[in-house]
Amino acid sequence: MKKDKFFAWLDGEEDLYTGNVEVKPQEEHEVPKELLMERMRENKRLSERVNDVEHNREYRFFKHLYRILAVDFGILLILLLLLAVSFLPPVGHAANPDNNEVSARYIEKGLQETGAVNIVTGMILDYRAFDTLGESHVLFVAAVTVFVLLRAGKGRQEENDRIYEPKNDTILQKAAFVLVPMIMIFGIYVILNGHLSPGGGFSGGAIIGSGLILYLNAFGFAKTERFFTEKTYKRVCLFSLAFYCLAKSYSFYTGANDIHSAIPLGTPGAILSSGLILPLNICVGLVVACTMYAFYALFRKGGF
Amino acid sequence: MLEWFRFAAGTAFLAIGILIFFVQLLGVFRYKYVLNRMHAAAMGDTLGISFSMVGLMIFSGFNFTTLKLALVILFLWCASPVSAHLVARLETTTNENLSDFCDVKGEKETDKEEEKA
Repeated sequence: MKKDKFFAWLDGEEDLYTGNVEVKPQEEHEVPKELLMERMRENKRLSERVNDVEHNREYRFFKHLYRILAVDFGILLILLLLLAVSFLPPVGHAANPDNNEVSARYIEKGLQETGAVNIVTGMILDYRAFDTLGESHVLFVAAVTVFVLLRAGKGRQEENDRIYEPKNDTILQKAAFVLVPMIMIFGIYVILNGHLSPGGGFSGGAIIGSGLILYLNAFGFAKTERFFTEKTYKRVCLFSLAFYCLAKSYSFYTGANDIHSAIPLGTPGAILSSGLILPLNICVGLVVACTMYAFYALFRKGGF
Repeated sequence: MLEWFRFAAGTAFLAIGILIFFVQLLGVFRYKYVLNRMHAAAMGDTLGISFSMVGLMIFSGFNFTTLKLALVILFLWCASPVSAHLVARLETTTNENLSDFCDVKGEKETDKEEEKA
């Protein structure tokens, strides 16, 4: 029995648009069999030379030990985690340890102590600022590692850039002409209002970074290198992280020793308020934006 | 009465948006070639999202949130066709056998010129 036309199309047996839209289905990419065999032989030869078990007793011993220890360690980890799970309190219970005076203090006294209307920002940039400092450093260290790994030699850089990448695309350039300023302004708004509304350094920095990437895609490296090079990246990151360190050191010193801080908290709700949170937000935003752009540039070209 | 009318209108818009998303997904998984799939995908990015957003705007009423949603539509209408255009352009520049899949405008004339030369 012949199927209904619609169901045949739905099952992919018959294409209504043959000859109209989809002229020919895309062929699968086939690797020649000889090439495949050659690759397999190559792999086998390589692994035999690397893992020369028969002539290397130490390696054989290590291999056995490694397997035994791996299984042992896995079992140990599973048992530990299961043990931990069995001690967990029931979800949502009022007497749970997470429902303690810390979160109550954040909610009740957060505005008074940090001056930030947005309690989340007050938490991550005041009470737990040390943690945020570590996060910004993680970003920086990750970017530096990629610098080391992906760095292309001088002279190879222009070849390395992809030939087929759409360059000087008029439509993209016109769109970027309109969108990039809006994205930048929105990112700056999110950073500057981090202590008043949802947002902050990380999200605003990501927005600015994506704006930079769009600008780079539309106008190419020649235009972005006028204001953003490797040197700029290093300087901005170093300055931001150093400022963060110094500012928070001051804050920890005065806070931990019950000394009155010289930085006023201001009236909550105003842009210039909540003490150190605004400058720290700007620092985090700069680091995040620069790191995003640097990652893109590194993965595309291996340098700026 | 007016509330009911608003609810009905918002629901209708949202339903149309979801329907368009469904058609988009069907097209993306049914077609095999990049440009055809992109043609289906672009529909949801522009029409589907705008219908859904208009539905939400009707629900939220005349306030600041509505303006934000309108800006979201504006941004997506600027950004998503451009990205689709870039993908299409990449396909046309990298695919050497493009004329197997679709008619390329001006292709035949250049072929003739090449034959003459």
